[in-house]
Amino acid sequence: MNELLQYIFAGITNGAIYAIIALGFTMLYNATELINFAQGEFVMLGALGLVSLRTGLHWPLPVAFAVTVLGVSAVGMVLERLAIRTVRKPHPIVLVIITVGASILLRGLAMLGWGKDSFSVPYFSKHPPIQVSEATILPQSLWIVGIVLLTVGVLQFFYKRTLAGKAMHACAINKKAASLLGIPSERMVLLAFAISAALGAVGGMIIAPITMCSYDMGTLLGLKGFCAAMLGGLGSSFGAVLGGFLLGILESLGIGFFSSSLKEPTAFLLLLLILYIRPSGLLGAKAVKRF
Amino acid sequence: MALGSAARSPFVIFAAAIVLVGAGVSNSYYLQLLTVIGIYTLLALGLNMLMGYAGQISLGHAAFYGLGAYTSAILTTHFHVSPWLALPLALLLSAGVAFLVGIPTLKLSGYYLGMGTLGFGMIINVLFREWSSMTGGASGLVGIPPLAWGSFVLSRGRAYFYLVWLTTLACFVLCERLVNSRIGRALRAIHDSERAATAVGVDTSRLKLGIFVFSAVLAALAGFLYAHLVSFISPSSFDFLMSVRIVTMVAVGGMASIWGSLLGASLLTLLPEWLHVFAEYEMVVYGLLLMVIMIFLPQGLSRGVIDLFAQRHLLSSLAKRLKG
Amino acid sequence: MRHREAMLKTTLRITLLVLMVGGLLVATPCWSQETYKIGGIFSVTGAQSFLGDPEKKSLEMAIDAINAKGGIDGHRLEAIIYDDEGDPTKAVNAATRLISKDNVLAIIGPSATPTTLAIIPVVEEAKVPLISCAAGIKITEPVKPWVFKTAQNDVLAVAAIYNTMQKKEVKKVGILTVANAFGESGKEQLLAQAPKFGMEIVANESFDAKDTDMTAQLTKMRTTKPDAIICWGTNPGPAVVAKNMRQLNMDIPLYQSHGVASGKFIELAGEAADGIVLPTGKILVATLLPETDAQRPVLLSYIKDFEGRYSMPVSGFGGYAYDAMGILEKALKGSGGNREKIREGIEKLTGYVGVSGTFNFSPQDHNGLGSDAFVMVQISNGTWQLLR
Repeated sequence: MNELLQYIFAGITNGAIYAIIALGFTMLYNATELINFAQGEFVMLGALGLVSLRTGLHWPLPVAFAVTVLGVSAVGMVLERLAIRTVRKPHPIVLVIITVGASILLRGLAMLGWGKDSFSVPYFSKHPPIQVSEATILPQSLWIVGIVLLTVGVLQFFYKRTLAGKAMHACAINKKAASLLGIPSERMVLLAFAISAALGAVGGMIIAPITMCSYDMGTLLGLKGFCAAMLGGLGSSFGAVLGGFLLGILESLGIGFFSSSLKEPTAFLLLLLILYIRPSGLLGAKAVKRF
Repeated sequence: MALGSAARSPFVIFAAAIVLVGAGVSNSYYLQLLTVIGIYTLLALGLNMLMGYAGQISLGHAAFYGLGAYTSAILTTHFHVSPWLALPLALLLSAGVAFLVGIPTLKLSGYYLGMGTLGFGMIINVLFREWSSMTGGASGLVGIPPLAWGSFVLSRGRAYFYLVWLTTLACFVLCERLVNSRIGRALRAIHDSERAATAVGVDTSRLKLGIFVFSAVLAALAGFLYAHLVSFISPSSFDFLMSVRIVTMVAVGGMASIWGSLLGASLLTLLPEWLHVFAEYEMVVYGLLLMVIMIFLPQGLSRGVIDLFAQRHLLSSLAKRLKG
Repeated sequence: MRHREAMLKTTLRITLLVLMVGGLLVATPCWSQETYKIGGIFSVTGAQSFLGDPEKKSLEMAIDAINAKGGIDGHRLEAIIYDDEGDPTKAVNAATRLISKDNVLAIIGPSATPTTLAIIPVVEEAKVPLISCAAGIKITEPVKPWVFKTAQNDVLAVAAIYNTMQKKEVKKVGILTVANAFGESGKEQLLAQAPKFGMEIVANESFDAKDTDMTAQLTKMRTTKPDAIICWGTNPGPAVVAKNMRQLNMDIPLYQSHGVASGKFIELAGEAADGIVLPTGKILVATLLPETDAQRPVLLSYIKDFEGRYSMPVSGFGGYAYDAMGILEKALKGSGGNREKIREGIEKLTGYVGVSGTFNFSPQDHNGLGSDAFVMVQISNGTWQLLR
């Protein structure tokens, strides 16, 4: 019984990682109906960026944080500008392949920049593991969960209270109508890319202390984050977060009560299940349209 | 449904080229490379039928490639079945799995289909890795017997080159007939607009499923040929990255183009050869190539170049017409 | 219009074919009868790059050193190294290319067991000597005439760990292995040899190489109350395991495999590395060895050359390629570039003191290392100490 609590803690830690990646997917999809296969690479860039600025240049954490977020957002915007906007035929197959190509390109560049080694970053705070009944949780996990929830809150505020957010929401509902009302849809797409890249970067940075950062860390995380987004429902931010935590906990329980070899397929089995049974996801607001 | 002589001649030229190249190249390294290109062409061809003509995305195609390879490998090494018997079994298994997976998955569309196939591909890859008693796990399966006809060993050099390329040629012809038949036209109708196709009475779900199974069978055939060429297989050759590679071959070579499969497979296999001095930059070049071609020539190289020419020709003939 | 299009298509197709064949004939290297060509296949990029990268560097360093001394029997050496990216298909490709196109005398590598197993049929058929840098026991057992290896067998590593544990009266063991070829091979050996040393495996879990949290597996293992845990993998996973154990307040001893025998592990695990015991080649504790140890001068010289040239810390892995070249050098002398003579030369070599151990080859033993190839070390205060 004590183990259950520990499994849940482990699940929450991993789950928060998936949640923030899922948020990036959902957020971009909401604004542009695009799935960006390079989302995992934004996470990787965030993590490695933090490694360089913190461990390499010894910048203070908040500064390193902010600079990395801005840097990765810039990468996202460049991607949108050069690769997405210039596409002659925005057919979904073409767009999917472009983002796949982008993820390979980013990975290749990261390999040139940081090499093939793994790196680690110190924890955000120097507190020892916290004991809760028979289980322990790392303070970094609390940081992760906290920052994820904070991010969700900020996003909600952005959508509901700021003009830009409302404009983006409008674009998501109906692009033509929104542009008729004077909303510059192209700029909204650019903004969406910037924000989803920033989300990826934040995700990468908060998990950097507990995971090993390397140029290829993004691929599997991106795929699992996507599964989490689908699980929760591709149109909904809360769905992304819910999907993320649910996936993390189910993985953990799978290891604990069944077999450790179950961990990897869990995400994809859940994905297939959701696709077949309820494609709009657990909290799915709107179904993914046909093309 | 007779093929006009104009349509037949490319295949004759191709067959002649195969014979000539096979006779002319004697270096076993080059022969092996060309043989591998043949196998990849087969893979790309199958996926092209699905992606290019029927317009369905599959991001897990390496799974069928692997199913073909592993089924034959397991049957021939653990159960000492003859490879010639293992072949139809491998094809059947792949077809069966494609059928079962296809029924629910093809009901999805757009991104959902891509995701479904991706998930399926990952799960099959895990199966290859975890079922170690049969597949050898992550360490792979050794000792796959070569193909032999009586006492003549086929899995070597020139003999295998011919075997693989003649198989590929046969599949080319098959696909060409398919594309130019009623089925092919119906497929293209689905590609353009599934709703419209249904409106004119095309049984879209059955067709999509059929093409999905067909492409899986071609992939399994490629897997069979691969397993008996290299005599050792491991799960890392059939992972997500391989699925991406196959998609790249189709996209770069040319979607809805049979010859595009050949172009894409050749290009992507030769690229690392040409770049091997710059091995560090391979990933960057790969990613850039993929993006650039998709952005500027979304129909792929073979179609895209023809389109460019066609456009210019069209424009110039239009201009002539307007002038005089 | 249709005719034009058809003509265009045919032209394109012919161009394609010409390109294909022509592209292959690009840059045929001119081959000089004077140079001895040595092939290398390493996982320079990909998941095993921590193996392939130092191996490639060590081979290049070794060859440069030999050339500086005037080569072998007056022949200059040339290294032709390909990256297999950890992919067996690419390894086969590279092997065929080295043999048929580059005409090498022998091949050193690959870095990992699956890639090695993939190319064994190729080298056996082409009759080219292969000295692999991979650990899998299947490479040299059963013995194949043309295949040798320099990396220590995981059989010996496991035996070394169990030996130590037996002395510390450990009875119940939990094993945690990576889900790749290295981990699987280790798991196989751990399970097979346990009864011989009176060990009982009470928990058997695995994790993926890219996993970032193993607390679930460790929690599950804790319920079976093992006396010690053996983690078998290569960086970065085992470092995460070490950190996780601290987090969970598990104060039973943690043993690792020689897969983490590099400074990187200590860097990644930080404080959690303290107290961990593992088997390793003597390279990590070269300075602690007694003066009488035959390997000491060889190790110190390798460390000095490598760290001086590449400004990065050594690991045992680069040593595999370094030893392979050293062994090959001995076999090449007097062989006149004949592959069969080279093969025999390797097989007859005894008493070769290398970085990985002292090699004694024979027709029955193509690995040549004994249990003295491993020493047990313990990490203490961020440095390697010999276990007493």
